[in-house]
Amino acid sequence: MNGTPKPSEIPDALPDFRNLGVIARILVAVLVAALLAASIRAQSFAQLADEFLDLGLIVGPVLIASLVLLSTAGPWLAKLPYWIAITVIAVGVMWLTAGVQWLRASVESESLGIIRAGGFALLLTALLAGYFHLRNRAFSPALAEARLQALQARIRPHFLYNTLNAVLSLIRKDPKRAEVALEDLAELYRMVMADAKNLTTLAQELDLTRQYLNLEQLRLGARLVVQWKTEDAPRDALVPPLLLQPLVENAVYHGVEPGTGPGTIEIAIRRERDRVHLRLTNPYHPEYQHRQGNRMALANIRERLALHFDVEAKLESGVQGENYEIAIVIPYRRASPGSLPGVRAAA
Amino acid sequence: MSASAPLRIFLVDDEQPARERMKEVLGDLGHELPNVVVGEAANGESGLMLLPTLPVDVALVDINMPQMNGIEFARHLANFERAPAVVFVTAHDQYAIEAFEVNAIDYLLKPVRAARLSAALAKALAGGAIKCEPLERAAAAAGQGPRRFLSVSERGRIHLLPVADIVYLKAELKYVTMRTAEREFLLEESLASLEQEFGATFVRVHRSCLVARGRVRGFERVVDGDGEGAGWAVVLDGAADKLPVSRRQWSVVKGLGSG
Repeated sequence: MNGTPKPSEIPDALPDFRNLGVIARILVAVLVAALLAASIRAQSFAQLADEFLDLGLIVGPVLIASLVLLSTAGPWLAKLPYWIAITVIAVGVMWLTAGVQWLRASVESESLGIIRAGGFALLLTALLAGYFHLRNRAFSPALAEARLQALQARIRPHFLYNTLNAVLSLIRKDPKRAEVALEDLAELYRMVMADAKNLTTLAQELDLTRQYLNLEQLRLGARLVVQWKTEDAPRDALVPPLLLQPLVENAVYHGVEPGTGPGTIEIAIRRERDRVHLRLTNPYHPEYQHRQGNRMALANIRERLALHFDVEAKLESGVQGENYEIAIVIPYRRASPGSLPGVRAAA
Repeated sequence: MSASAPLRIFLVDDEQPARERMKEVLGDLGHELPNVVVGEAANGESGLMLLPTLPVDVALVDINMPQMNGIEFARHLANFERAPAVVFVTAHDQYAIEAFEVNAIDYLLKPVRAARLSAALAKALAGGAIKCEPLERAAAAAGQGPRRFLSVSERGRIHLLPVADIVYLKAELKYVTMRTAEREFLLEESLASLEQEFGATFVRVHRSCLVARGRVRGFERVVDGDGEGAGWAVVLDGAADKLPVSRRQWSVVKGLGSG
């Protein structure tokens, strides 16, 4: 496991030390603390710069070494009980700081300085741990709420009743197709009703989206044209569940249903180094923008992306000529083989 | 219609499977309530083209359709002299349903049950042709916004005119004259209610006249006929007439056409 924070499952969890957002928060906090310490000791601006650089000689190496160690040992630390892991980190940082100070101070041999440096490091680590702990707590209800919203946004009654009606029309003439459609519908609702807090694989999300589109095809027929550009999609990538399907449902609702002629939805997914790029395009009908639901689904997905990936995920949307386009970038994280059903199916 | 003749039904729904399903349920009703589907349409426009050419007792109309929704379809149909009864059908449209309840308009929910359909058809026949007023109120209550077309019933046909094609609307005695680039039509609606519905598209230049904002090319100085001396007239794209601008409206409209 890669240590992705899952606040609602484990309330006391370590932050993901490989996440850019977490690293940035640690860097900013430590640099601000160093600047604060320097400003207390300095008498003038010139002196402030000197003091800051002086502190930097200790803070810099400690910061870099700690972050490298934490990102390497993160998965191992995550397996320990929360309080033991925090103690290990705090004591480790303290010793690291004291050590760096000792290396510098051995020239001047000043033992109070070593103890003071270690103490400051311990205090700062504890404060940071407290901050991440509170942040975790603050996001737990948000995740639960996002899940609820996802659930409500998902069960669009318009889709359910129209689909049931379309299936009814098949039962006498084409019972086989009716059976497949009901199986798809059951599968779709199983995913929608499932607990959506854990990450799933892109393969599973793509299957779900395909099942959904099969159902829409049933009632919209030739009006719905779907172009898949997913040959290069990394099927083992971890994504929040119901990332793609709600957006495709929106694309059908706002892009295809308001048109009398065929409307094309394009789904393009590719991997670029350590990033997964998803792009969804559908026809834009400015006169139908009063149809409800679009903003809510987008806000919901943006929120869930932030909860799972912090600043490393990006969602952009806008009108491009005659089309509406949504572009999502998420970090490429692989599911460990065998740990998720979707990966086994793909392998 | 005699009691033994089958009920003549017209279907309007943009989803083909939904029309198929409706025909199946109507077929199941056959011995209880003899009926025949005389025509069907996949959207409101083709429905309004086709329906006046057929003898129809009841139209079953889906609400949620592209281009022209079911409520607007029924409003155009209501102007037609041989308008049938209308029963709305919807999978789920909370606002429309609330508006129908308030205005006592009958509707069916998809998937439609045979028993419920039979009752609705009987009730619709008893109620007679669809009326315009409750539909207008329901459309407003459902927050539907302005119609996309204006319609005129002429010699057994329904003319649909996209609102974008209209140059001006002018009140004359009992009627409103509607001018497009090609010709004129007479509407049986009041200028005040048209102004209220299409205020975003049309502006009043005179007590009796609304012009399309986008059609205003400029203004010309003219000598007034009614003794008020010189005044302004509006020059429009798509119509040669120069319509007088009242003193009262001049301050409202003088900025148009310059941008």
